Amino acid sequence: MLGRLTLNAIPLDQPIPLIAGAVVILIVLCVVAWVAIKGYVPYLWREWFTSVDHKRIGVMYIVLALLMLLRGFIDAIMMRSQQAFAFRAPGYLPPEHFDQIFSAHGTIMIFFAAMPLMIGLMNFVVPLQLGVRDVAFPTLNSTSLWLTATGALLVNLSLVIGEFARTGWLPYPPLSETTYLPGVGVDYYLWALLISGVGTLMTGINFVTTILKIRAPGMGYMRMTMFCWTALAANLLIVAAFPILTATLGMLTLDRYLGFHFFTNTGGGNMMMFINLIWAWGHPEVYILVLPAFGIFSEIISTFSRKPLFNYRSMVIATLSICLISFCVWLHHFFTMGAGADVNAVFGISTSIIAVATGVKIFNWLFTMYGGRIYFATPMLWSLGFIVTFVVGGMTGVLLAVPPADFQLHNSLFLVAHFHNVIISGVLFAGFAGIVYWFPKAFAFRLDETWGKATFWLMLIGSGVVFIPLYAVGLLGMTRRLQHYDVPAWHPWVIAAGFGIIILAAAAACQVIQIYVSIRRRDELRDITGDPWEGRSLEWATPSPPPAYNFAVLPQVQGEEPYWQIKRRAMETQQLSAEPDYQPIEVPRNSPTGVITAFFATFTGFAMIWHIWWLAVLGIAAAYAVFVWFAWRDVEEYTIPAEEVARIDRAHRHVRERWLAEHPRVSEPV
Amino acid sequence: MSITQALPRAPGGNFDPYRVGRSSGGGGGGRYDATGHGEGGPASKDVIVGYGFWIFILSDIIMFSAFFAAHAVLQTATAGGPSGHDLFRPSSIAIETACLLVSSFTCGLSAVAARVRSQVWTQIWLLATGLLGLAFVLLESRDFAGMVAAGAGPQRSAFLSSFFAVVGLHGLHVSAGLLWLGTMMAQLLAKGFRPNVQRRLLCFNLFWHALDIIWVALFTIVYLIGEGR
Amino acid sequence: MSGQTHGSNTDDVAPGFTGAPTESVAHGIGIYLIGVVLAALLTVASFSVVYTHLIWGPAIPVMLGVLAVAQIGVHLVFFLHLTTAPDNTNNVLALAFGVLIVALLIGGSLWIMDNLNQNMLPMYQMMQMQR
Repeated sequence: MLGRLTLNAIPLDQPIPLIAGAVVILIVLCVVAWVAIKGYVPYLWREWFTSVDHKRIGVMYIVLALLMLLRGFIDAIMMRSQQAFAFRAPGYLPPEHFDQIFSAHGTIMIFFAAMPLMIGLMNFVVPLQLGVRDVAFPTLNSTSLWLTATGALLVNLSLVIGEFARTGWLPYPPLSETTYLPGVGVDYYLWALLISGVGTLMTGINFVTTILKIRAPGMGYMRMTMFCWTALAANLLIVAAFPILTATLGMLTLDRYLGFHFFTNTGGGNMMMFINLIWAWGHPEVYILVLPAFGIFSEIISTFSRKPLFNYRSMVIATLSICLISFCVWLHHFFTMGAGADVNAVFGISTSIIAVATGVKIFNWLFTMYGGRIYFATPMLWSLGFIVTFVVGGMTGVLLAVPPADFQLHNSLFLVAHFHNVIISGVLFAGFAGIVYWFPKAFAFRLDETWGKATFWLMLIGSGVVFIPLYAVGLLGMTRRLQHYDVPAWHPWVIAAGFGIIILAAAAACQVIQIYVSIRRRDELRDITGDPWEGRSLEWATPSPPPAYNFAVLPQVQGEEPYWQIKRRAMETQQLSAEPDYQPIEVPRNSPTGVITAFFATFTGFAMIWHIWWLAVLGIAAAYAVFVWFAWRDVEEYTIPAEEVARIDRAHRHVRERWLAEHPRVSEPV
Repeated sequence: MSITQALPRAPGGNFDPYRVGRSSGGGGGGRYDATGHGEGGPASKDVIVGYGFWIFILSDIIMFSAFFAAHAVLQTATAGGPSGHDLFRPSSIAIETACLLVSSFTCGLSAVAARVRSQVWTQIWLLATGLLGLAFVLLESRDFAGMVAAGAGPQRSAFLSSFFAVVGLHGLHVSAGLLWLGTMMAQLLAKGFRPNVQRRLLCFNLFWHALDIIWVALFTIVYLIGEGR
Repeated sequence: MSGQTHGSNTDDVAPGFTGAPTESVAHGIGIYLIGVVLAALLTVASFSVVYTHLIWGPAIPVMLGVLAVAQIGVHLVFFLHLTTAPDNTNNVLALAFGVLIVALLIGGSLWIMDNLNQNMLPMYQMMQMQR
């Protein structure tokens, strides 16, 4: 009846996961109780959970990402402290548990922290920057979000029911086959990623279609913001790469569930094929994460330098060449697997070439700042910190791209330091920069600058203190994923990295405090103009928070940096553009399809993990029924009357008129 | 007449002799005033849905290509078991191919009938498509069952694993297509030719033709080239 | 805009677009008929290449590849109605991107795995050595 699921699945004999699980459950129950007592449930259900508005979906993605970031960071603290204690000692984490922690850390950070962070920011910003009302498929967008949440839920469920994979964040066979790991750990991994992978793929389809097919009149390709370009490239990569992930994990699932022989030792299987296929997804994935980050930094550096982005065209070309070349480099993740010199050389060279395109971007950002009037707000600090750290991480990456060097450094902590350097500075710094930058657009008040700057400096210093020792100890030969070690030369470096994680913990605390303090002081930090940073692109033309339909009338784009032009023209003529003829606007109705589908998907995934076949069938049938029910609905949209549109837009125009009165005719340098 | 025509050209304020900045007029493609891929504003709903589904189909083809790659690598790994030459029955494969090709044709006819909004003919051709698809699925399952009964199931060797996976994935797609087809026929009957139903019919057409394209690759690579081994 | 030609509302079409409702039914059926006949001929050619001895053995895979590509082309043109007209630019570009990725993935995998097989012991020999 319940397949493999028995009471033994709850790790009553292991205090650490048990206590951690109990604390998490307690916190979740408290939050749920608080929400219920305050009577927020109907509001949350109507306005957020069932919302198909890209801005709200974006915000929910970011909330999910920040929660998972915290979860993954706790894993990181445990790993660093274990290694700090485990010099000639067993430490406090037994090997099976330590293995689950580094696997969960990687999985959660990449799939459920970094991806939702970038996808959330894209969701919030891209339609606004394109000057349109929504993404191509709003209900699909909501389904993507909730399927991602399903994946996150399954991974976290493994903490209290059963176990997580003990394979590392990519379950290399033959270890991940049932012969060696018969438990549910790898199955949790597989079903979490298969389900959330569907969500990510649908996001990719949605955004490629949105950016290519839905732009404001006049918004030609070469007028789009850099963030829209990088979002397009990242989503093209999602569409091209995530099916490969699904296929590869599907093969491993067939191996584990039906006794196939894709990657087994026996029956002619070839485990190297898994490594080959998974990295054919894995390398593009790196750029799926970092390309949107490049776009965010481009927006921020241009805004806070009061200058247009330097050499926009080369930026577009660099983005698209990264998009293509990222599919030609995957072998550099397994130079040591046994390919010949010619194959290794080809992939080594293509890896070095991709660094050229990235270098072009770095120089463009530097030249954007050159001669500008730079304003060192928190987002700009994150961007500057990114440039410095990313160059270090990028250069060590080029070093690793040289096959002979890689033979020495493969799977060492040098590699670990390299990819943390690029991912933390690329994705996390970009995420925080983007959150601070667009927060006033979403909530109409800024985040506190003091705590933001404290977060930035602690994070910058902390990541240096953690990872520079890891470069050193990697060069000394320490491999990754060691539960304990007895080489005295490594010990001081590992201790140093342990101190670094304390600094990072302080940074995390500052980030939480920043959000708390900002909410408490929201009246002081209020921004009613809708344009707190003197922005240049169209998202700043809307009121904050933007109404459900974003733009009362679609803007007519007449050149690059459309909002900057609109403002300049207003200042030159000392009046706003003429009031438009307001029309009623049709907006897609909210739909619980996404939540309900994800609800059944969670049951299906859980049932497959524990071999509860009847529940799996039931879950799939129910999900199908939800789709039919959704397809049968007769009313897809509701209409916002013209008077309501006029009221909201007139209020915003009133604010902008006051802004204009404070800005007499000044000739802004361009 | 496009919307942008009425607008003045953007003031060329910036000095940009080498055209490294953003374009101040046009850009990207020859026809600046086109909707969707030019500057003519958002594309129509039909185009958005069709294009989105097209992207989905391409991603699906990439998923198949991963299975094809696995098959190409593993096709000699028979582990002492039977090879394709011992197992494949050309007559059965030929009939399956014929079923799928004719169903693609009838599917196209249903699109023509849907264009002129003929409920009867659309339903007839969709039904024909569904029956041919069902015949395909049944024939394929019979082949599979025969192979498994002969001890040549997917657990026998890596070659057979990859064979069952790639052909079975296609069969799964056809079965899902049949489920979709049945649902669409019911919906067409219940709701008539309203725009969103027509868009879904268009998407179904794309899906069905794409499955036929994948089958062409399948019978060529897996069956016919595999036959020679 | 400055002397460029202006399109009507059909300057952008979805893939699989079967033509305006005003187009004649006979024309629509005709296109599918041409497609199905061509595809059937190519399929028959593929099967007969393998099961007769008309073609020199080692050339058979090449011939099959050519026939398959031709048939896929027929399907794209006559069933999916892809054209090279400007209104189809996006559709064709997306297809080209997909084909490029498929080629990179399959070609790259075969190259890498073949190279591994040449440089390393085959898997079953390695297993025997470990015993």
